Formats: sequence, C-alpha cells, structure tokens
Amino acid sequence: MIQFTTWDILRNLLYATRWTILLSLVSFIGGGLLGMVLLYLRTGRRRAARIFVKYYVELFQGTPLLMQLFLAFFGLGLFGIDVPAWLAAGTALILWSAAFLTEIWRGCVESVVKGQWEASASLGMGYAQQMRHVILPQALRVAVPPTVGFSVQVVKGTALTSIIGFVELSKAGTAITNATFEPFTVYGFVALIYFALCWPLSKSSQMLERKLNVAHRNH
Amino acid sequence: MRYHFDFAWLGEYYPMLIKGVGITLELTAVGAVFGIALAIACAWARALGPRWLRLLIVPYVELIRNTPFIVQLFFIFFGLPGIGIKLGEMPAANLAMVINLGAYGCEIIRAGIQATPRGQFEAGASLAMTPFQTFWHVILVPSLQRIWPALSSQIIIVMLGSAVVSQIAAEDLTFAANFIQSRSFRAFEAYFVSTTIYLLLAIILRQLLSGLGRVLFPRRSVR
Repeated sequence: MIQFTTWDILRNLLYATRWTILLSLVSFIGGGLLGMVLLYLRTGRRRAARIFVKYYVELFQGTPLLMQLFLAFFGLGLFGIDVPAWLAAGTALILWSAAFLTEIWRGCVESVVKGQWEASASLGMGYAQQMRHVILPQALRVAVPPTVGFSVQVVKGTALTSIIGFVELSKAGTAITNATFEPFTVYGFVALIYFALCWPLSKSSQMLERKLNVAHRNH
Repeated sequence: MRYHFDFAWLGEYYPMLIKGVGITLELTAVGAVFGIALAIACAWARALGPRWLRLLIVPYVELIRNTPFIVQLFFIFFGLPGIGIKLGEMPAANLAMVINLGAYGCEIIRAGIQATPRGQFEAGASLAMTPFQTFWHVILVPSLQRIWPALSSQIIIVMLGSAVVSQIAAEDLTFAANFIQSRSFRAFEAYFVSTTIYLLLAIILRQLLSGLGRVLFPRRSVR
C-alpha cells in the first residue's frame, strides 16, 4: 500500500483545484454572456420576451442546482448523445449563473431613475444608444460589487458537479479520503482551498462596494 | 429524439416521494428555527458581546460563507468521526444546515442592526432598559422586520441546498429521486418530477414566510 504524507494529500488536492477554477471561469463567463442576452430581453420592449426571461429566472432560482445538474446530465442524454460529466456540469452552471446574473443586473438597470430614460429618449436616442451612453455607465457602477460577489456562489456551486462525476476539488477530496482514510485532514484541506479561492473574491466585493459607495449614495 | 416519456412509475413510487418531501421539510424547519436562533445569538455577540466572542464570530461567519455547503456537510459527516465525533446522517444534516444558516443569518441580521441609528441605544438606556432589553426590543425586533425578506430568501436557499444531504444517505426528496431512477431507469422523469416538487415547495415556502412576517411584525412605523 502506498503511504500518503500530508504533502501528498495537499499536492493532489491542489492539482484538482485547477478543474474547479476552470469550470468556475467557464460558468461565470458563459453565464455572463448569456445573462447579457437575457438582460436585453428582460428590459427590452417585447412583452413576450420579458415574461419568458422572468419565468426562466424564477425556474432556476426556485429549484436546487443539484437537480439542474441531474436534469442536464440525463436530459442531454435523451438526445442520444453520450454526455460526459464536464458537458452536463458546464451547461447547467452556465444556465444557472445566467439566471442569477440577469436578476442582479436587472436590479442595477432599474436602479437608474426613470427620468434618465425619458431624458435620453427626448434627445432622440434609440434603445441601444440609451443603454450605451446613459443607462449602462450608471448601472455598471452599481453592478460591479454584487457581480463579483456572485462569482463566490459560482465557485461554491462547482462543488456540486462532483455528484454527477466531474472530477474537481470536492471529488478529489472524496477519492483521496478513500485512499488515505484521513477524512478530517482531507476535508479540512478541501475547505481551506475553497476558502482561499472565495475569500479574496468576497473581500474585493466588499471593498468595491465601499469604494464605489453605491449603497449610501442616495442617503 | 426518439424517447418516450413514461411516468407510470409514479403509481408505485409516490409514497417514497411524499416521505422525501416530509424529510426535506423537517430538515428545513429544524434548520430555519435553530439557524435563526444561532444567527440572532451571533448577531448579538458581534454587536454587544465580549471582545473574545466577537473575535470568534468573524472567522466562523467568513469560513462558512466562503466554503461550499457540501464540503461543510462532508466535513461534519465524514471528517468529524476522525476525531471521535460520530453523527448519524440526520443529525449531521441538521447540524450542517443550522451552522450554515447561522452564519448567513448573522450577516443579514447584522446589516439590519447596523442600519439602526445609534440614538436608539441611548434612547433605550434613557428609559432605564437593561442592555439586553434594549437589544431585544429596540434593536433586534425592528432590525428583523427590516431584513425579514432577505432572511426568508436565505431560508429558501437553505431548503434548496438541502438536496445535497442525499449524498450522506439522509432520505430526503433528492434521495427518493435517486432511488426511483435507479429502480425504474426513468432518470429524467424522476428528476423532472422532483424538481417540480422543489419549485412548488419554494413557492409555497415564500408565501408562508411572508405571511409569517406579517404575523410576527404587525404594522409598526419603524423607518
């Protein structure tokens, strides 16, 4: 039997952490891009599109991420393709992130007072111009801290993909526990690595909020 | 797509789903009640507690908020026996949910307390209230009223997050879905049905909590 030193455990966990980081990046960026499209539909002029996005968001915020992962895993399989875990994980996390980011950003766009829309409309601007020159520059200031804050949820969300068999930090933790019989040390390290990934993001979100001082601007 | 959806298994397995819903609700209720109690205790300790206690609360809140729930659950269920603390799957699931909601709730309630003007403490003191009475009647209750919507959302997030406890063999709704799909080979349908149930539970729980908010905090002018 192979003997595992503490360093071996940590090294193998860190080795698996890159998949957590990669999946987080893919989910966050993919979810952000899809979220922008959904935001456009949600704040746009077409009623049917607004309602569709509203229910899309409700659906993803009102069901467990784990269930979404299972449905992506088995749902994609219905089309007769052999679904690798990374594909199901990426698909579900992108759709899930998009729902949350759309809702966060909608709040930010709506925080820009109505008069700004009217003022820009009276200057003869179209929707795209209003967004580009008037609304987004103001909304972005409000949007940065909660968006960075949400990235923490994405990193934590990737831990669930271990259940459908994607090998990332949590799954590596389980595998190494089964080999070493040292669950206390292994899961302790796993928790600390997640903390090391998430805490700087949480802190920078708080710092950005203070720096942009958006919460108390109107008080 | 040549797949035929088949929900015939529902006839045989629906008692399992009902039992699963019961366990999910039990976990949520225990988690919510004790989690909020822990959150209030932590918020009190952070606002008015002794210094050493305050120094303990901060790392607790930060550690829980910056690690995934599933890792917390595995640490409690698989990790703690390593140092001699053995818990069954239900106590471990309950403990993980209480600790989790305690940390998030503490941060939410703290935000409510911070929004309370400083003069309120002094007003309470000038009415000869003890610091604890001031905390309870003047600070906490109006704060809870203010942050009740955020706390309700967090309880729903914890309910949805409890799907993970199936991984330590606690027999909740997700466990039932896993069991059914392994027996009936109708994976998509089993998860589709259980996801719909979760959605309904979330909608009902939201209504219940907002109703509870109206009962607990009848109209009082706070702001």
